[in-house]
Amino acid sequence: MTATTPVEDVVDQPLGVYTRPRGGNGWRDWVTTVDHKKIGILYGVAALFFFVVGGIEALLIRLQLATPNGTVLGADMYNQVFTMHGVTMIFLAAMPLSAAFANYLIPLQIGARDVAFPRLNALSFWVFLAGGIVLNLSWVLGGAPDGGWFGYAPNTGIVFSPSPGMDFYALGLQITGVASLMSSINLTVTILNMRAPGMTLFRMPVFTWMMLVTQLLLVFAMPVIAVALFLLAFSRLFGARFFDPSVGGDALLWQHLFWIFGHPEVYILILPSFGIISEVIPTFSRKPIFGYPFMVFSGIAIGFMGWGVWAHHMFVSGIGPISVAAFSLSTMFIAVPTGVKILNWMATMWGGRIKFSAPMLFAVGVVSMFTIGGLSGVTHAISPADTQQTDTYYIVAHFHYVIFGGIIFGLFAGLYFWWPKVFGHMLSDLIGKVNFWVMLVGFNLTFGPMHVLGLQGMSRRIDSYSPGFGFELWNMVSTIGSFLIALSIAIFVVNVIMSAMRARGQAPCGPDPWDARSLEWLTPNPTPVHNFDEVPVVESLDEFWHRKYGTDDDGRVVRVATAEEVCEDGSAVGVHLPSPSFWPIVFASGLPFIALGLIFNLWLTVPGGLLVVMAIYAWIFEPVDDPDAAHGDHDDHGGDEVTADTTEEAPVV
Amino acid sequence: MSTAEITEEHNDVVHDHPSDSKYFQIALILGVLTALEVATYYVDIGPVLIPVLMVMMVVKFFIVAAWFMHLRFDNSLFTKFFVGGLVLAVAVYVIALSTFEFWSKG
Amino acid sequence: MSHNKLAMWVFLGSECLLFGALISTYLVYRGRFATGPAPGDIFDIPFTSVSSFVLLMSSLTMVLALSAIKRGDLRNNRLWLLTTALLGSLFIGGQVYEFTTFFREGLGYTTSPFSSAFFTLTGFHGVHVSLGILMLMSMFISSLRGSLRKEHSETVEIIGLYWHFVDIVWIFIFTVIYLVPSPTS
Repeated sequence: MTATTPVEDVVDQPLGVYTRPRGGNGWRDWVTTVDHKKIGILYGVAALFFFVVGGIEALLIRLQLATPNGTVLGADMYNQVFTMHGVTMIFLAAMPLSAAFANYLIPLQIGARDVAFPRLNALSFWVFLAGGIVLNLSWVLGGAPDGGWFGYAPNTGIVFSPSPGMDFYALGLQITGVASLMSSINLTVTILNMRAPGMTLFRMPVFTWMMLVTQLLLVFAMPVIAVALFLLAFSRLFGARFFDPSVGGDALLWQHLFWIFGHPEVYILILPSFGIISEVIPTFSRKPIFGYPFMVFSGIAIGFMGWGVWAHHMFVSGIGPISVAAFSLSTMFIAVPTGVKILNWMATMWGGRIKFSAPMLFAVGVVSMFTIGGLSGVTHAISPADTQQTDTYYIVAHFHYVIFGGIIFGLFAGLYFWWPKVFGHMLSDLIGKVNFWVMLVGFNLTFGPMHVLGLQGMSRRIDSYSPGFGFELWNMVSTIGSFLIALSIAIFVVNVIMSAMRARGQAPCGPDPWDARSLEWLTPNPTPVHNFDEVPVVESLDEFWHRKYGTDDDGRVVRVATAEEVCEDGSAVGVHLPSPSFWPIVFASGLPFIALGLIFNLWLTVPGGLLVVMAIYAWIFEPVDDPDAAHGDHDDHGGDEVTADTTEEAPVV
Repeated sequence: MSTAEITEEHNDVVHDHPSDSKYFQIALILGVLTALEVATYYVDIGPVLIPVLMVMMVVKFFIVAAWFMHLRFDNSLFTKFFVGGLVLAVAVYVIALSTFEFWSKG
Repeated sequence: MSHNKLAMWVFLGSECLLFGALISTYLVYRGRFATGPAPGDIFDIPFTSVSSFVLLMSSLTMVLALSAIKRGDLRNNRLWLLTTALLGSLFIGGQVYEFTTFFREGLGYTTSPFSSAFFTLTGFHGVHVSLGILMLMSMFISSLRGSLRKEHSETVEIIGLYWHFVDIVWIFIFTVIYLVPSPTS
């Protein structure tokens, strides 16, 4: 390769036989990047794409159910569509979008230059994408998974689900699961090991704390579903007898393994969103978060208690009255820490000078909509009541209120809030407000009526319903609502495009457009590739805020420095950055071959396996970006202006 | 971590390592325990069999983790992660097995 | 503290959940053998005791390898790494022999829930051991080429942690699956 080093990206000279790719901004840069910010953007783009895919699947469901005996989708196709809607939304949209925020923001919020293992970070993204591709290839290779996102065996075994769809499910989710596990280890080490000088755990922003709990949940929950998926895959592909009832296979084994993962999973889904609004609400209330220690401890409590409630998904599965009673109690208790958070967000707003910009609207949407979803959740905890509610649309209403109302609104709050940080321009606040209101109305019209439908007896997971049960009105309302949601997403896309066009040719927006509180706003917008000019030294919680504001003699808050004075200008040069690498994407590219090979023809696994093994060895042997890293591996050198931190394990050669 | 903390824990390769001969002694203890465990296959010790096996298993486990894996001498965060995973796994799976009436029906 | 070491311990914490699930699956299914042999009929405790002992001793050779490289004794490091890999291979050989014997005696992968659970659990463990052997041999070869020196001792340490963990899992499996009396037909 010829050495033309762009001024902005200072990359070390490669050593040895293998050269590492250069920085830049073309497609090659994106494909080989190990920069946490670019990886965050990649996750975000992929997640939003899959969100639209899942949304189209939702619209198909709603079209089918708008009228009794609908004819839009046949029963088999309906099963595929509703299964993929769930799988796509949870694993390919919500989790990666949270990962986008985690990857972009965690290093910035803790004052670091990147994550602990930058190449592993890239690998996680490409492996996730490979898994998403494998899952969606099913549509054209014999049929999509059709056993629900929860995949209950033996219904999903080869006898009752003969199409290859559930093989794609088992293998596709196994792949995305590996991506999540690697990422969670990476971010755990990053948060624990790479905080800037002075940033004790209790000076971290609530967002980073919630992300830490999320990563720990991922670390311990992903292996459980991995085993469940292995058992399902081995049953379907190799004839293992795990779920064959005729020889003693037990359907409950699947349910336990799935939900032992599945319940922590819902906290994995919601905690990032809670973290996001814990940054947005204080910023737009111009007050610190109320009860910071309570916010942190309730997050930790949710992380712990989330492991003790899983069988509330199994109340009618025959586990017996003692188990049901125990899990009923534990489920009631888990509402408490979330209640603490709701009260703290409200107390943060109370007495604040609130500005209802778009991010704040979405954040308030979370608090209110999640509360509604939480209340219906509490009604499910009471197991006798749940016996009527379960498998009806009342449950569908509950989880969409917490998933859409809690997670999606929170993620949109984050998008509007951090858009200037990532892209250097604001999204239009006016269009953002329209986006919010259309989404709020559409969302409530879609899912509110489902509470009624469920209690009136409408089953979930059915492709059609007969006339004469009284389900017609609310199903039609719900369908109309879903199209309003679609409209709100279109409004968001319009906002993205128009804001980008308006910003073209303009200077990037100035520093700290929201007068925010945490360290990521110390850097200019968009964030320079090296993050901080100087690694900050932290002296308090809300460090950035305290650099701008002090108190006068009467104890009133006064501004002591402007954003321009406090914020960096991004002009540092000569900062060592981890070098890009081909091998993450090469590794990931082998995985679809392995999956397809296991499903269709074992020979295909050979090139896949070779790609993976080759990528691993090339990865180990490619030169480290920093020659000094070969000597001992001590990784954080906080406080230096030009430091070679974030290097990875020294290769053995 | 503050700079001070970093310098302190910079060297988590701690100064007291067991010597090689100590490692051999530990291996000997492990061997003896294994022999005792296997002996239960040949000698009927009645209803205390399972508790005795469990205890010996836990002791072996602990010895390997504490000395061979160096947990005893290293940063306690490592122990927290490992023990955390262990405790969580045992708790969650014991509860699941209980719903299968494993303890009464096996 | 070291990123790599912390990452390995976090990973080992997660592996507890993985093996816990596999062991629980086995425990649920150990009595379900409508077709084929029962565990109590087919396990060969003396044989498995020997292979368990072999794996246990490989943990000793592993710490000796680490101890050697830490004091700069590259030759003994190589010796003990190779020995560890050989002991691990002996264990795997024992597993292969055990599995083929079981197969000849009528216990295949798809014979019963018991058999599927047994082979999946021990198979996963065996794959972990095999990957460990691969890593040990990679280090051995690197050392022969002069690329595994005293300053790289952490690499040996971290792969050692993985190896000991895999040994610990077998301590658990050997006791709970083999030594605790199993149902017979």
